[in-house]
Amino acid sequence: MKTDTIAAIATAIGPSGIGIIRISGSDAFSLISKIFKNGKNENVDLAKYDSHTLHYGYIYDKDTVIDEVLVSIMKAPKSYTTEDTVEINTHGGSFVIKRVLDTVIKTGVRPAEPGEFSKRAFLNGRMDLSEAQAVMDLISSRNEFARKNSLKNLKGSIKNKIFELREKLLHECAFIEAALDDPEHYSLDGYPDELKGKIGEVRREIQSLINGFNNGRILNEGIKCSIVGRPNVGKSSIFNFIAGEERAIVTDIPGTTRDVIETSVYYKGLSLIFTDTAGIRDTSDTVEKIGVQRSVRSLEEADLIMLVFDNSDELTDEDIEMIKVVESKEKNVIGILNKSDLSAVLTEETIKERTDIDVISVSAKEGKGFDELFEKIYGIFFKGDLTYNDEVLITNARQAGLLADAHKSLELVLNSIELGMSEDFFTRDIMDAYKALGEIVGCDIGDDLADKIFSDFCMGK
Amino acid sequence: MREINDYEIAIIGAGHAGCEAALACARLGFKTIVFTVSVEGIAFMPCNPHVGGSSKGHLVRELDALGGEMGKCIDKSFIQSKMLNSSKGPAVHSLRAQADKAKYSSLMRETLEAQENLAIKQAEVSEILVENGEIRGVKIFSGITYHTEAVIICTGVYLKARCLCGEAINHTGPNGMQASDHLSASLLKAGIELIRFKTGTPARIDADTIDFSKMEPQYGDEKVIPFSFSTDPKDVQREQLPCYLTYTNQKTHDIIRANLDRSPLFAGVIEGTGPRYCPSIEDKVVKFAEKERHQVFLEPQGLNTNEWYVDGMSSSMPEDVQIEMYRSVPGLEHAHIVRNAYAIEYDCIKGKSLKPTLEFKNISGLFSAGQFNGSSGYEEAAAQGLIAGINACMKLKGKEPVVIERSEGYIGVLIDDLVTKDSLEPYRMMTSRAEYRLLLRQDNADRRLMRKGYYAGLISEEQMKALEEKERLIDSEIERLSSVKVGAGKEIADILTSIGSTPLNTGATLEELVRRPELSYEKIAPLDKNRPELPDNIIEQINIEIKYKGYIEREKLAVEKARKMEKKLIPEDIDYNDVKGIRIEARQKFIEFRPVSLGQAARIQGVSPADISVLSVYINSK
Repeated sequence: MKTDTIAAIATAIGPSGIGIIRISGSDAFSLISKIFKNGKNENVDLAKYDSHTLHYGYIYDKDTVIDEVLVSIMKAPKSYTTEDTVEINTHGGSFVIKRVLDTVIKTGVRPAEPGEFSKRAFLNGRMDLSEAQAVMDLISSRNEFARKNSLKNLKGSIKNKIFELREKLLHECAFIEAALDDPEHYSLDGYPDELKGKIGEVRREIQSLINGFNNGRILNEGIKCSIVGRPNVGKSSIFNFIAGEERAIVTDIPGTTRDVIETSVYYKGLSLIFTDTAGIRDTSDTVEKIGVQRSVRSLEEADLIMLVFDNSDELTDEDIEMIKVVESKEKNVIGILNKSDLSAVLTEETIKERTDIDVISVSAKEGKGFDELFEKIYGIFFKGDLTYNDEVLITNARQAGLLADAHKSLELVLNSIELGMSEDFFTRDIMDAYKALGEIVGCDIGDDLADKIFSDFCMGK
Repeated sequence: MREINDYEIAIIGAGHAGCEAALACARLGFKTIVFTVSVEGIAFMPCNPHVGGSSKGHLVRELDALGGEMGKCIDKSFIQSKMLNSSKGPAVHSLRAQADKAKYSSLMRETLEAQENLAIKQAEVSEILVENGEIRGVKIFSGITYHTEAVIICTGVYLKARCLCGEAINHTGPNGMQASDHLSASLLKAGIELIRFKTGTPARIDADTIDFSKMEPQYGDEKVIPFSFSTDPKDVQREQLPCYLTYTNQKTHDIIRANLDRSPLFAGVIEGTGPRYCPSIEDKVVKFAEKERHQVFLEPQGLNTNEWYVDGMSSSMPEDVQIEMYRSVPGLEHAHIVRNAYAIEYDCIKGKSLKPTLEFKNISGLFSAGQFNGSSGYEEAAAQGLIAGINACMKLKGKEPVVIERSEGYIGVLIDDLVTKDSLEPYRMMTSRAEYRLLLRQDNADRRLMRKGYYAGLISEEQMKALEEKERLIDSEIERLSSVKVGAGKEIADILTSIGSTPLNTGATLEELVRRPELSYEKIAPLDKNRPELPDNIIEQINIEIKYKGYIEREKLAVEKARKMEKKLIPEDIDYNDVKGIRIEARQKFIEFRPVSLGQAARIQGVSPADISVLSVYINSK
């Protein structure tokens, strides 16, 4: 029997050596094969591996490596759930695990309901009857816990926003349905064009909520700090000092760092994830070019941009270009005047003439100025208590997944409008979006549509 | 007192539900008796003079595919017919026909009278006889007892009926007919919970006093499509009467507002819960205060009557207010009201008392259908009547019952909603209630349901053969279209341009061309010289299946997913108090509704997916 494929983090979240993501269901092998490459960076079909074998490789999100992993293969019926199962062993730390889980979910795997693996294990006869009650208890307690956390986790403003968006969608559906029910009374002439605008707007708002979830993750999953600057201002030296080890290659030759390298550091309970990037500049070297593109992407994903200047050199046109690029991102930015151990050519004042960015002087070579830097970052982001809790993360994944579902359903509506389909085709996808949003705030649909038709439109004889 | 043992099934009531139930039982070979308080009231249309309409048209076609009578009867008696939403997608096309009310009723009565195994009896049933949770028959007001093996209650709005027209309150059924005042007590005694619903009807006006020149005429379709799959389309092309459209205005609304204190609805005299979808005009004026006018639709009641029905203005206002109110509408300035508008209150049950077969959960052999079950509308009633009739017979024959799934028909949606949802108001069908409506089209009702009708025994061998031949033609023609390719040559390009499409870059199958929004099976005829001669109804199926394939596939997938849950049956003797881990609210709902499957359980409001998970684990562990 075909089952849908589900995924969840199987290990406790928080600072840890490794994390495991479990994926179970009929399409587990084929879907994970889409994002897994072996140690030689080749695409492989996981289904072809023997059961109960372990494989080294990488998880990719499109062409970006998310993590270096070990993947274990368990074929039905010899797995916990008795279904085809993949377990991805990732590096530890909630951020990495979460990114891998997100990537898994993007392939079409559904985030598991609380207790769903155990439920499947039971329903597939994996456990004996005496364990049934334990499974039921598990599902109900985890569900209750997840529900509480998910509600708590939703800030009032987000919740209100979701209710508002649902209301808009429902109203449009009710209008369509009222007109279909009573076509001699309500006309749909010209309505698709109007609807297109309205759906587009709701869709944009959902997109910004999805973006917002990414921001909200900062507290749980770490702040992404991207170290950028023109070539050879000492980005890798700063990165290496923070990482405490030589992970990035440091030379005097501009353009040495050809990829994005990450390290995470805990500071007063905050997880800071630093990425070292290739210097952003025009380059003809193909490999370096890829590195530069990745740097640009790293900027897009960053929560904080650290723009590095060289204390021992004049402010160059490239520096000024960087300031413009960074400012255009409208993100948190800290300027870092590196090489304070050398005699000053460039001063904070000179930079301040060009931009409002706060500047901190450091010396990566001597390790000076970093306490001040961390304190500054902490000040920008610290808001309230920081807690790590796997259930909160799981519900977050669900919520973000549901938002993505709603977004996708509305895209189908827009497609139907584009294709010139008649209005009755829109309702289904709008209601799917409505339902997905409802699940986030814990509402089922029930008779909402019928209620709305009657409350907003005057029907009948 | 005399006891009669001549009948196997008794039907209480001969309205639209009762007629279908009675005919089904008699046709399936059971000695059947149908009771009515008035033989003149058989298949009476006490409210609007039309059959069908959005989603209700679907019900009638489904009823026909299962072997019901309503479609055949309206095909013979309509005086205007229209396919609603014909410019929209095929899922929402819906037939509506204006009936000649008197003709409809007399045709149905003749059908009942001519039916073998069926007896009509004018009498008020005053008691149901129940022993040890099993039905034994009924007792009529005169005291005579009829022993039967099954009973189907189709009492419509007659139980303890009360009609209100302002301060004037009559304890009668609709249109002054005798109410059925005695049965309720017996039902309560049998442990059946009763609630009170309300509905209403507008005035009937003398055509000689209507100025139609002030209204917009609304005509029927030029080419009429019949309701019944067995009616020859040639037989329904006849002369039709128009309806007329007019509007209320500020003056109408002022009159209503000035007299709200005399409205039983607002004065609190009415106890029953009314339907939101057909509010009285005073309801509309209060609830939608910002609307400057409301639509009013004048509909003829038949060829041999002068009475016209004023759709849009049902009311329970006093007569003097009604006169003033109707006369404020353009075209009705001199209107003479033949029959007043009124509201009616009646006893009915909560749908949750019933199984999806429409048998009572607590009384074996007792079934019910129609407005008594908390629905509204002739079509909803008829559909339930047929299903209750069929299932009473299946039970007596020891055969599996006929339950239409939500993915198989509007009838399935209707009955599932009735038995699964809280009964808060009279239930009316709407296409938005059907989650798989692209599959549940009026054009394919035969393909969806005729096999079930055949299983029950109401569809003949010939009809089944015809259906199979129809499906074979559809499938083989789609198959052919998908295998015939046309090239990108100039000749083809010219033809495509001439029929309003764009030339091909590479070759394409005929199926791909039909799928283009601007093309259709008919339009690509010049490109397809070797096609077989096919009737319109088959071409329609081909077009729909090809054009909406993507959407149809998606719905079918959703059905597949849901079906797993529908197939997981919950044991009838389950003790919900023994299921640890479901939330209290869900436990109460389960105990109250006693769902038959996990699918039904999941649709009950207030039940969470986790409750269903727990329940499924529990069931599997038993």
